[in-house]
Amino acid sequence: MLSRVADSLYWMSRYVERAENVARFIDVNEKLTDDTASEADTWAPLIYASGDWPQFVEKYRHATRENVLTFLTFDIDSENSIVSCARLARENARAVRESISTPMWEELNKFYLTMSRAAYAREPAYLTYEFFNEVKLSCHLFRGVSDATLSRGEGWHFVRLGRLVERADKTSRIVDVKTYGWTGDSAVENQLAIVHWSSLLHSVSALEMYRRLHGRIRPTNVARFLLLDGEFPRSVRYCLRGAESSLHAMTGTATGNFSNRAEQLIGRLRAQLDYTRIEDILHEGLHDFIDRLQGELNQIGGAIEESFFPVQPAAAGV
Amino acid sequence: MRFHGYDSDDFYDEAFDSQGRPRPVAEPLIQRLTSLEENELSRRQHAADAMMLNLGITFNVYGHEGGTEKIFPFDIIPRIVSAEDWAPIERGLKQRIRALNLFIDDLYNDQKVIRDGIVPRELIETAATLRPQCRDFHPQHNIWCHITGIDLVRNSDGAFYVLEDNLRVPSGVSYVLENREVMKRTFPQVFEGLPVASVENYPEKLLTTLQNVAPRGVQNPTTVLLTPGIYNSAYFEHSFLAQQMGIELVQGSDLVISDGYVCMKTTRGLKRVDVIYRRIDDDFLDPKAFRPDSLLGVPGLMDVYRAGRVSLANAPGNGVADDKAVYAYVPKLIRYYLGEDIILPNVPTHLCGDPKECQYVLENLAELVTKPTNESGGYGIVIGPRASRAELDAQRDRIRANPRNYVAQPMLKLSTVPTLAEDGIGARHVDLRPFILYGEEIYVLPGGLTRVALRKGSTVVNSSQGGGSKDTWVLKRPCDAVNGFSNGGEARQQQQQSL
Repeated sequence: MLSRVADSLYWMSRYVERAENVARFIDVNEKLTDDTASEADTWAPLIYASGDWPQFVEKYRHATRENVLTFLTFDIDSENSIVSCARLARENARAVRESISTPMWEELNKFYLTMSRAAYAREPAYLTYEFFNEVKLSCHLFRGVSDATLSRGEGWHFVRLGRLVERADKTSRIVDVKTYGWTGDSAVENQLAIVHWSSLLHSVSALEMYRRLHGRIRPTNVARFLLLDGEFPRSVRYCLRGAESSLHAMTGTATGNFSNRAEQLIGRLRAQLDYTRIEDILHEGLHDFIDRLQGELNQIGGAIEESFFPVQPAAAGV
Repeated sequence: MRFHGYDSDDFYDEAFDSQGRPRPVAEPLIQRLTSLEENELSRRQHAADAMMLNLGITFNVYGHEGGTEKIFPFDIIPRIVSAEDWAPIERGLKQRIRALNLFIDDLYNDQKVIRDGIVPRELIETAATLRPQCRDFHPQHNIWCHITGIDLVRNSDGAFYVLEDNLRVPSGVSYVLENREVMKRTFPQVFEGLPVASVENYPEKLLTTLQNVAPRGVQNPTTVLLTPGIYNSAYFEHSFLAQQMGIELVQGSDLVISDGYVCMKTTRGLKRVDVIYRRIDDDFLDPKAFRPDSLLGVPGLMDVYRAGRVSLANAPGNGVADDKAVYAYVPKLIRYYLGEDIILPNVPTHLCGDPKECQYVLENLAELVTKPTNESGGYGIVIGPRASRAELDAQRDRIRANPRNYVAQPMLKLSTVPTLAEDGIGARHVDLRPFILYGEEIYVLPGGLTRVALRKGSTVVNSSQGGGSKDTWVLKRPCDAVNGFSNGGEARQQQQQSL
């Protein structure tokens, strides 16, 4: 497969996953809005999480709900807004249209057209549960069509790799934003905290699966489930294992060995998560742990670029 | 749907004769359209437009920022060409391509055609599309024109004429295939019982053509399509054809020359490429051989090509034969190389390079259509009867300054076909670009791209200036047989009802 094509497939997939996760961020925040916090305290953390705070403040000044949602959803100047993710995903798909199936292209193109129209109209009224749900559904549809129509060759593995690397990063960010300040003290498990933690699970569609495994909502268990669970498809560890297996499928190197830097780094991080208890993580500090995790994920992303895509793609991000 | 007020003036209308009666070839279609409920046709049109947008069947418009993709307007009413009309077109196109191909091979090698006084040496040596880099070279199987599109128009006498040859990198065939697909998905019942020749196997034929010209000794050639990139106006077509053929779509930066071969950069290292269907103009193919400032091509490509280690389709340099002054010599070339009379006539053409003819052209500029000899896409054309005095004066100055670069033709009366307009069905002008493949044999795709001027009275069919396209049907059986069939069908239906 052409390096440029592999690169575009990888980014196409990352941007679709990113769009979905922005919608999830917003959705969970909407649910967690509580009467005691100010509007800014409620909405500003979403921008912190994306790392775009300076850009946001310069343009919008105040972190009102409407400003934050507009920035995260419709702002074409922000590379991480939903409309930009849709555009960049589609731009990458357009550059490799011959390498993907027509239904994949068609779904992505429809997603882009819908988002562009919404962004053009810029009606705050658009920004409802239904809208964000539609974003999630479009992303599900794209993945479903991909899984049903793309041969399980290199291309499919690059698509999977992009999706899982992005998802690992975003799940960790959601956990980070929503647990900021929490130190693992179980004394604060009051009713409000329960609502808070179940919303977090809800935002990654994990509530039911969590309940089946752990039953009652316990912050430690929620963190364990989202970071370390081996079977839940949005947990960080699960994503890393999948990403690692796709890397090895492409190079043909046996697990436990490595043939490039990306395999080495991802193997190390995955092993850490395999052999780490949640108690160790809480001891280190959840926020510090996630910070380190994200740093390593960035390194893995960089190593994937170096190992497989020496040429610049149509549209790449960070 | 009604045809009230349908009027094609004194143009040749392909669906109705001068008395307003449906022509036999169009009769079944007219009947079907007439029987549709009011607004049904508009509904189908909207469904087709939406489908085109969702599929991203678009072209890029230069000079606009943002939202640069437009759908190529598609008209839901198909254009029909009878089996009787198509047969001579097909034979004529094959004849033309065969002769032009022999001509190019001769020009770059023995130049017998010049020595025998058929074509003046000066005419060839002043052609802007002549490529000295191709001298003394025979491409694989001596084929220079693998994929071509020849523009035809139907004049008021009902006959088809060749308007121009597009031998370099003609585009439009993807719209032929997509128009048929959209038509079948949004308006399937109009096809019922009609023997419409299929176009769906074009990608298979194209791939075969490309593989046929692989370098000698290569068993399973690796074939790629070379595109200038996603901002090119024909990018949709490039990606579509690559996808349909299952070959890699590459950009210049994906290719390198390594150990005397062309290779593409893959995730597993370099992979040799044997055949390149290039959709980049000669000038940009190889900065070492042609324009040094080109970033789209592959440095050193021409050396590998001339060494016979990679095949290029179309062959560089073949544009010399679609120079519009050379066009005027095609009837002679057909006679010279094939010993045959031309089947598909040329439009009478005055060469301004000839002083006497130039004098005539300058005196009659207001009645003639004047064209530069080596432009494409309608650039530089002045239509005398529609031009302002200032435009005519400017063109006159340009012709005087460089007469070799201009030809003139009488104004043709382009035929009309029924087209869905805002106020019902109207007669609109069309042209036709059939596509021809030259590999082991010459294949003509039945029909081709019908471009239609959607504005009333306009004869400009270019998509950048209000042109659209139509699905084009070539019938496989003569009209009598077709109409007999459809009447038979109706008779059967009545019988069933009476039962």
